Amino acid sequence: MSNVKFSKEELERYSRHLIIPEFNIEGQRRLKNAKVLIVGSGGLGSPLLLYLTAAGVGTIGIVDFDVVDETNLQRQVLFSVDDVGKSKSAAAIERLQRLNPNVNFIEHNTRLTSENALEILSDYHVVADGTDNFPTRYLVNDACVILQKPNVYASIFRFEGQVSVFNYTDQDGNTGPNYRDLFPTPPPPGLVPSCAEGGVIGVLPGIIGSLQANEVIKVITGIGSPLSGRLFLFDALAFETRTLKVHKDPGQESIVQLIDYEMFCGIGQETEDTPKVREISVTELETMKDNDEDFQLIDVREPYEYEIANMGGVLIPLGQIEDRVDQIVSDKKVVVHCRSGARSAKAIVTLEKKFGFTNLYNLKGGILAYADEIDNSLAKY
Amino acid sequence: MARIIIPTPLRKFTDNRATIEVKAIDIRESIHALSSLYPDLKKQLLDDAGEIRQFVRIYLGDEDIKVLNNEKTPVTEDAVISIVPAIAGGLASSNSHSVQHTGATQR
Repeated sequence: MSNVKFSKEELERYSRHLIIPEFNIEGQRRLKNAKVLIVGSGGLGSPLLLYLTAAGVGTIGIVDFDVVDETNLQRQVLFSVDDVGKSKSAAAIERLQRLNPNVNFIEHNTRLTSENALEILSDYHVVADGTDNFPTRYLVNDACVILQKPNVYASIFRFEGQVSVFNYTDQDGNTGPNYRDLFPTPPPPGLVPSCAEGGVIGVLPGIIGSLQANEVIKVITGIGSPLSGRLFLFDALAFETRTLKVHKDPGQESIVQLIDYEMFCGIGQETEDTPKVREISVTELETMKDNDEDFQLIDVREPYEYEIANMGGVLIPLGQIEDRVDQIVSDKKVVVHCRSGARSAKAIVTLEKKFGFTNLYNLKGGILAYADEIDNSLAKY
Repeated sequence: MARIIIPTPLRKFTDNRATIEVKAIDIRESIHALSSLYPDLKKQLLDDAGEIRQFVRIYLGDEDIKVLNNEKTPVTEDAVISIVPAIAGGLASSNSHSVQHTGATQR
């Protein structure tokens, strides 16, 4: 490792690391020699990338296929207004290169899939998972297990965060538990919170992603005790922290190949299970309005969503639909909408099955499609 | 009374309460007491056979009940029971469904 050299500018830049006795120039050499892959450059990816770049990790790969949009800026502090519409991986690298030109960035402007994951991950020493969905979490985990790489994990929901280091092999060669030891199977899609129940306080990924960056640095440098075999939980509302033990599951089948993670997570099957409802498009709705057609518009979202943007529909949140059924007419066409169309489909199914409605139409794509195609003065969320 | 800590994603089933106190001798009784107080929570925690679901972990203090005596793990008066669900992100919406379909990233 002593063949890793630093310029004078680098020595000065990293001097606050170099004067920590247990870190010193050897820790800095290890950082410079390390290749870290960040999967997702969003809320968790932002602090991860900023701190690992500033700290002097030698090579940082970024996997993200997405583009920056307005709703990202509340928490994804890597990006600014000028980046909206740009590729996230490219915008991230542009910003990070200005932060530390000594770092070598590798852009993977692609989706991580079962087909490319092993090839992409194989070039890196450490993987940090900052994704937002179960299929990719299991994919990253399994690829790390197959390739025997540590997976520095963090996850957030509203005010709550989780951090752990999975699949970490210590100096004695013992490998700790992985994500599947903690959660052998993902929750079925029906039990995953819907868009009405999502959201995250913008500071939380900053806190949790910074902890994740700290674990990446510990794993690379070998200082301290990585969060292997432990799960850190943070509740930002109550300000409570807990660190729980994670054990290897002796009953876990060994992971030898990547699978179809969407099928594993039950995604796709839900659409087959969802009964078909009649739909109308936002352009058809607009034509009905232009022709002064007599119809009723029902909005099944929550009041706090209605305040962000609405189309003037009668607000009956999905959970109240049965109690307020008398407010829905049966003698003319009724268009039901929500944010993107899933909750309104559920509402229609309930109303048709339990109350025999035959005049209900689901607005395809919900208010988001209406904002995109008809009225761009409406805020999207 | 044992204290059960309810994680954020499940608080909608407990009238937004973060902790619930129950009187029980073991984990099974605790979870069933909680389920009878908040019946909508039951489906989230227990499968049709009444077993704790695989994507939910139950902890007594800092220890997984799986390495103790599972649901028969005794619960003391001052016990703290944590329900730990798998969470994937803050935006399980149409956005992330499309992300889920494509199997990649961004939070």
